Amino acid sequence: MKAIGLIIVVLVGALLLYSTEDFPSWGDPASPASVHVAAHHLKKAIPETSVPNVVTAVLADYRGYDTMFETSVIFCAGLGCFVLLRLFKKRDDDSYYRHVATGITLHIKKDKIPDASSEFERIDTLWTPYDLIVKNVCRILAPFVQLFALYVIAHGHHSPGGGFQGGVILGASVILIAISHDMRTALGRISEKTVHILMAVGVLIYSGIGALCILMGRNFLDYAALSRILFTDKIEARSLGIFGVEVGVGITVMAVMISIYNNLSSEGRQDEGL
Amino acid sequence: MIWELDLVILILVIIAAIGAIQVKDLLGCAILFGAYSFLMCLLWAIMGAVDVSFTEASVGAGVSTVFFVAAVFRTTRRTKD
Repeated sequence: MKAIGLIIVVLVGALLLYSTEDFPSWGDPASPASVHVAAHHLKKAIPETSVPNVVTAVLADYRGYDTMFETSVIFCAGLGCFVLLRLFKKRDDDSYYRHVATGITLHIKKDKIPDASSEFERIDTLWTPYDLIVKNVCRILAPFVQLFALYVIAHGHHSPGGGFQGGVILGASVILIAISHDMRTALGRISEKTVHILMAVGVLIYSGIGALCILMGRNFLDYAALSRILFTDKIEARSLGIFGVEVGVGITVMAVMISIYNNLSSEGRQDEGL
Repeated sequence: MIWELDLVILILVIIAAIGAIQVKDLLGCAILFGAYSFLMCLLWAIMGAVDVSFTEASVGAGVSTVFFVAAVFRTTRRTKD
């Protein structure tokens, strides 16, 4: 069986390598992709949208539909993980508490859970060292990570970046909190309900901007229609429309990353994680 | 594009890919996938696709490695059933 698998893999690999012979070489100016479409975008992107980073202009304006459905795909991925993994059953094991002042760990039976107080903190069952340095370094680091994420989203017009990357970095900052503290701390900062609302809000912002363009009398996602609301000319309106769309993408991606992490690392119970 | 750098990174990509298949430990596999993603990110950067490279670095090397590790964390040595 293994030999057959190897033969198939080698054959398919050889076929793939053989077929790459027909591809145009890297950076070939005569290749079909760089003759018609790319030349138009490179020439017209700045005069039409005033966005210097052509990738952003193509992604959010010329190919706006693609990006909208990419965002929907990410939203569906988050929903899929939620439906597959989320369990609404409480863990029936005993739980562990730590006395903050002395560091003594208490093993508490299921039905004798103490009231919430500042003297005891609940700790995870599997892995709970008392890591002061890791906790505090990550707590100080998280705002800077978030600031960088906002920069990536907002500066996507001029430099590499945009909603997807910025959203992932925003989500990663919350995941950092969840890893360095515990999942309950991260859920205290941004609850499961908020995450799920934000997941939908991002897609809603994107498609809402598209629908607004229809209401203003132009095609779906034709941001030039927004110039009357934003009191700018059509070119500047397209640039601002791209920004609005990127914000929507960023919100959805951030929320989906947090949701997938929470469900994956806590086996869907969202109480104690990695 | 500097072809020496390109060659070195391509060889490392293949080593990381074969290592990820061959290694027995799941956590090691997840880390190797992270290394693979990061090398791909370098390749995109060499080819001038900086946006793709940025996405690969944040999604591929960053968050998806965390997802892999989180999933591996919830596995056990032996199956329960």
